[in-house]
Amino acid sequence: MISHLRSLWLVFKHMFHKRETVQYPEEKPYLPPRWRGRIVLTRDPDGMERCVACYLCAAACPVDCISLQATEDENGRRYPEFFRINFSRCIFCGYCEDACPTYAIQLIPDFEMAEYDRQNLVYEKEHLLISGQGKYHGYNFYRVAGVDAGVKPKGGGEKESEPVDVRKLLP
Amino acid sequence: MSETWIHIIMVVLILLVLLTIAAGLIYVERRMLAVWQDRYGPNRTGPFGLLQVLADMVKIFFKEDWIPPFADKKVFVIAPTIVMMAVLMSFAVIPFTPGIGVVDLNIGVLFFLAMSSMGAYSVVLAGWASNNKYSLLGGIRGSAQMISYEVFMGLSLMGVVILAGSFNLRDIVEAQRKIWFFIPQIVGFVIFFLAGLAETHRLPFDIPEAESELIAGYHSEYSGMKFGMFFVGEYLGITLISALVTTLYFGGWLGPHFLPPIVWFLIKMFAFILLFILIRATLPRPRYDQLMSLGWKVLLPLALLNLLVTGAVVLYWHL
Repeated sequence: MISHLRSLWLVFKHMFHKRETVQYPEEKPYLPPRWRGRIVLTRDPDGMERCVACYLCAAACPVDCISLQATEDENGRRYPEFFRINFSRCIFCGYCEDACPTYAIQLIPDFEMAEYDRQNLVYEKEHLLISGQGKYHGYNFYRVAGVDAGVKPKGGGEKESEPVDVRKLLP
Repeated sequence: MSETWIHIIMVVLILLVLLTIAAGLIYVERRMLAVWQDRYGPNRTGPFGLLQVLADMVKIFFKEDWIPPFADKKVFVIAPTIVMMAVLMSFAVIPFTPGIGVVDLNIGVLFFLAMSSMGAYSVVLAGWASNNKYSLLGGIRGSAQMISYEVFMGLSLMGVVILAGSFNLRDIVEAQRKIWFFIPQIVGFVIFFLAGLAETHRLPFDIPEAESELIAGYHSEYSGMKFGMFFVGEYLGITLISALVTTLYFGGWLGPHFLPPIVWFLIKMFAFILLFILIRATLPRPRYDQLMSLGWKVLLPLALLNLLVTGAVVLYWHL
């Protein structure tokens, strides 16, 4: 009985507490920088696409919402011919971001992507690609990779030694 | 204007005000529950969300009024009206002020008890007519609960009747000029309030509905305005019990003179309505057997003891 009265009093006191509700459209909630929201494709510092179309994101995706097709330009640089994410399937798990070897695919703190038509939730590459570098600055895969894709010659990368002449006997 | 017309206008006005209060309680309850749970509650429709009532009513009127093919149609339709009728009939004996009130009945308390027993039919018939296991379980629980709480609801009132020496609610209010009855009758007040909670099957005694076990119990097959009738009936029940507690234990319209009697009555009544909602916000639902044993093993003996002591005191000191 006493405990019931006490809980009545405690609940009554909640009248004067601070409200927990976030009045959403007027008042935006705080989203941490690593919040997993809308997926974007980022560019490297030179303004080129980071994505090398390795399919790792599509393989990692537990709901198979990513589809892409790899292709190469005249310099041998790989990039996706198309890149499509079906956000009506996406569960925002972030596995694609984990899997990505080039920081190309990233999840950003944005969730306001409601649509009236389900088809509009299928984002193509032009919708996904942003003009910045996203969360990871200064990284350029083709500058540190061992291949020549028109960005730097073989052996010309940062911290990269000259290629070994396999026909020479000297060490 | 003749006496009859004044009476008719009074009845219609009281009916309108009561239905407005009952509908308004939809908003009040949602808002107050939210306030006690650190939320805001409905605040989008109109100023302070007051038009939420309108939105809810429009919604419930536009819902499909569906009668399941397996239901007992006639009983199914009648059941929700009974609860409304029974509660509204009870309001006939409530004296809001010396001047406002439908009828000055010399057996007012008994009339209220009779009408609140009628309310049990609504639950039982609804549960039966729905032809659904959960509804039937809800109906059976409801009948058992309401009948057993009826017993000491009446007994707890007898203390007041002994003190006032009358079954007439107006005389009972007048008898409280010296002291409000909740002081000498504190036990009776608590028992009556608990029985009132059970009688209107409000949380925590909402065992006939018990959403988590019986998926709304006796009204799980109801939709549209029929469901709305149960809802409004429940809110009217809250208003009725609050009005009765005010009348019987808290001096009805009596109060200091700077406010008119009707305002005093409404203030007291709304305080108890808010207490109903606060109790809903606080207490969890007891098990069915706990409810029954509380009723028969604790509250009934207490009510009898209260009656005995009150009677003895009144006889001994010739109050």
